[in-house]
Parts: sequence; C-alpha cells; structure tokens
Amino acid sequence: MSLFVAFRKEWLELIHSYRLLIVAIVLVFFGLTSPLLAKLTPELITLIPTGGISIQMPPPTVMDAIGQYIKNMAQFGIILALLLTMGAVAQEKDKGTAAMMLVKPLPRSAFLGAKFLSLAAMFAIALAAACVACYYYTLLLFEAMNILHWLVLNVLIFIYLLVFVALTLFCSTITRSQAAAGGTALGLMVILGLVGAIPGLGKYLPGELITWGTRLMYGDTTTSWIAFGISIGLIVVPLLAAWLIFKNQEL
Amino acid sequence: MIAIRIEELCKVFGTVLALDGLSLSVEEGTVFGFLGPNGAGKTTTIRILTGLAHATSGQAWVFGKEVTANQHEIAQHIGFLPEEPAFYPWMTPCEFLDYVGRVFGLPNTVRSARIKELLALAGLEEAAKRRIGGFSRGMRQRLALAQALLNRPKVLFLDEPASALDPVGRKEVLDFIEQLRGQCTVFMSTHILADVERVCDTVGIINRGKLVTAAAREVLLAQYAIPAFEVEVDSQTTAGFVNWSEALQREHWVKSVSLEGLVARVNVTDIEAAKRELLASITQAGLILARYEVVRPSLEDVFLRLVGQEEAEK
Repeated sequence: MSLFVAFRKEWLELIHSYRLLIVAIVLVFFGLTSPLLAKLTPELITLIPTGGISIQMPPPTVMDAIGQYIKNMAQFGIILALLLTMGAVAQEKDKGTAAMMLVKPLPRSAFLGAKFLSLAAMFAIALAAACVACYYYTLLLFEAMNILHWLVLNVLIFIYLLVFVALTLFCSTITRSQAAAGGTALGLMVILGLVGAIPGLGKYLPGELITWGTRLMYGDTTTSWIAFGISIGLIVVPLLAAWLIFKNQEL
Repeated sequence: MIAIRIEELCKVFGTVLALDGLSLSVEEGTVFGFLGPNGAGKTTTIRILTGLAHATSGQAWVFGKEVTANQHEIAQHIGFLPEEPAFYPWMTPCEFLDYVGRVFGLPNTVRSARIKELLALAGLEEAAKRRIGGFSRGMRQRLALAQALLNRPKVLFLDEPASALDPVGRKEVLDFIEQLRGQCTVFMSTHILADVERVCDTVGIINRGKLVTAAAREVLLAQYAIPAFEVEVDSQTTAGFVNWSEALQREHWVKSVSLEGLVARVNVTDIEAAKRELLASITQAGLILARYEVVRPSLEDVFLRLVGQEEAEK
C-alpha cells in the first residue's frame, strides 16, 4: 500500500516535471532517426566532394538500421538514466522533503522502491514507444524484422539500462547532493567499462546483453544467460545495498 | 501521563557533543517550550525524537514507545514541522495534503474532508490550487503546520515554528499553536523567548546539550525571576530623587537600585518588606509619585540568568 502511494507520487512527478515526456521524445527521436540515418548515410556520403576519389558504399541494409538503433539507445539511455536518477534521493535529502515525508508512516523501502519502479516504468514506456517507432520506420524504409527477436532485443536493452538506473540510485542514496551522486555513478560506470575491457570478462557483464541482442537480430540464437544473471544481480544488489544504507541513514 | 520521556540522551557529531546526557519528560496535553540559544541541541533532540537521527547513547520514548525500535508505530501518532519546511514545488497544497493523507492511510472521504478543514484553518483555501513553488514563506509555514496536523497527532513537534516569519505571520502561527492546547501535546523548540512566554505552559531550557531546568512557566518565573519594582517620580522632585535612591540601597531588603531618567528600578530580596516600606520611603523623601508598579518578571530574565550562570560556571 505504501509502495503504491509513493509510486503514485513519483509517477505524478515524472509527468509534472516533463521527465517522462523528455525521455519518450529523446528515445522515440532516435528510434525514428536510426533507420532514416542508416538509409540516408550512404547517399549523404556520396554528396561530399572527394576531389576525384571514388567512395564505394555498400547499399544500406536493415542491419545498419538496427545497429544504429542499438548504439543510440544504449548511449543516450545511459546518459538519461544517469541524469534522471542522480537526484532522485540525494535531492530529496538535500532539500528536506525526504525528512518531511519520512517522519510519517512511509517506510524507507517504499520511498526507495517507488523511485526505482517509477524510473523503470518511465524507461519501459519510452523504450516501448521507441521500439514501435523504429520498427515502423524500418519496415517503411527497409523490410520487416523478426518481431520476436526485435522484442527480445528491446527487453535486453531495457535490462541493460536498469543496471545504470539501479547503480545511479545507489549513488544517489549514499550521497547528499545531485552532483556527488552523478560523479560517483559516472565513476562506477567507468569502472564497469574498464572491467568489461579486460579480455574474457566482457562477456559476463551487462554490455554482453547488447551483443546478445545484436546477435539475435543477425539470426544467431546463442544466449548469454550468465551476463543476464549478472546484470539482474547488478540491479538487485545496488538496490538492496541502497535500502540497507538508507534505512539507517540520518536525514 | 507522560507524552515524551528522554533519558541520558547523547549525540556526538565528530568532535562536537551536541547532546550531553539530556533527560526530560513532557506531560500529555501541554504546550512545551524547548528553549535554548542557537546550537544548544534543540533541533538534534527533535530529530532524534522523530526518528530522523539516532542517539549516540541514551533513550527516548514517545507515549511509552521507544523511538528507535517503534519508529513506524510512533510515526502514525506524531506531527512534525521542521525549521525549514520543504515541499514538492510542482504540487498544489491540495495535492500535497492528499499525498500526506494517503501516506497515513486515510480513507478517501475522511481525507478530502480533513484536507478541506485544514486548508481553511491554514487560510489557504484560495491558494489551494496554486503551485507551492510560488508560495511566500508564511504560506509555506502555514501549509507545513496543516500537514503536521493532518493525522490529528497525539504529539506535535515544532522546530522553530515562527522564527523566520514577519510579525503578522508569527502572530498567526502562534495563535494557531495556542488553539492546540489540550488537543495534543506540543513540543516546540525556539530561541525566541517571547513566543514561549506567549504560548507555552511548560518550559525546558537547554544549553550546550544539557537541560538547565524544566518546569511550568509560572513556577519557573516565581522561582528564578528577581522581584523588582519600578518607581517613576514627577519632574518637579528630581532633586531629592538621587539622594533617595542612595539611601534606599542601604536598606536590608534592597538588592540594587538603578536609575534611568525619572524612573528607578528597585531589585529587592524581600518582596513583602519592599511592599510595606518602599512607598513609605518615597513619601518620607518628599517625592511626588507619578507611577509605581511591581515589575512582572520575564522569561528572558530567567533564561539569561540560568544560561548566564551556566556559561559562567564553564
């Protein structure tokens, strides 16, 4: 019940602050422009004066559109996850609204859980809209994709983004300002990136979800369940740690 | 019944001892003024009682429930107004009170009736649909009081409720608090002595994290204030005024005499003797009396005396 009450407030805030709209617009924009760019890039390149050198561009394929989409969703998704999550708890602590509400019978677990769930719902809706938009444009400009594979790819992107939402929410809980939360989260992301660059380790980390989804679109059904499990762990563990710290934190 | 009980509460921030073995109890239904200079430990005490901070040692109870172990249960029965109330600026007062009502689990009909009642009480009916982000400080303070009262709390914690307000806002808030007497226990921290004198029936004075004293306001005034008289003479008799004051200082019941123009303040050690002999001495000196009154001791006198004594001992 408390979780629902807190979620309702968070959801209203996402609507009133236009965050839901902004995320949806950004992701849908990249959903629409990814197939468009893939289609137009070779033509644009041929328009560039090359001083007599001829550039041979292969004709664009549906995989170019998908590659563009995956790259955009992953990159801008992470940026949005960081920017929209870093102040979630830190700002409420800093401004005093957390203290104002948490002296009331609102459990801290519900306060924190509602933040994660509302952000997850926001990314789910925005990504679903982008997924539909990209599918439609790809269909118009190229050809139909395997719908099931396309949906699985988007679920994997969603889980990948949730990892960064959870990590940033954890940082927002342990710090007292948005800037500190953002900086700490960025640090964690860099560490995750560096660990992923170690040969042999990358296939166990969240980045592998994106590779898995890409493979699937090529028709390769090889799975990466270990990376999937680790990604779920990287969502659950920061959330649990955030709750354990937050429940004893002075406000 | 005891509403709030604190025993040997200590709170350390790094090297700073914010609370140093604070012990006190507050009777149910009283308006308790928690008085102390800035940095005395008032806010820290409230933060511990409301579960926002943890004591380094010692314990506290609200209506018999220990605060750390029963935080969720206590939260159902308390109201809290922080020193600087914070709101979600995108919300309207209606939306904010509705959110608070939902947190307390009030059913829809009860919640909307209570919101209406509190908006009227806080004088925010006309601003009910406006965004809180555009509110003045006074409006925010009144809304903060309204949200603190939404669950009809048994204990209301007010941290400096009127210190940041203009005289009109201050009067409104103090009137509001006065109306709560008997309805719930009010624990009000402040450094403004006049506010305590006006609305509180029991006073606790804290300094450097320790309770200096706690008692009913009138008992405190009777116990600690220096009895004094003020005498004002007619301007025609100023010549003998100084001589009279010098002679008066030799009386055994007089502690000190200070002159300011035509007014003499006579601090006495024996109020009964003073009542008998002061007027007679004025007549004997041939002075023409313009005004004579027993000075009502103020809480400020008591506060300054007690805190001053503490500081001197340190």
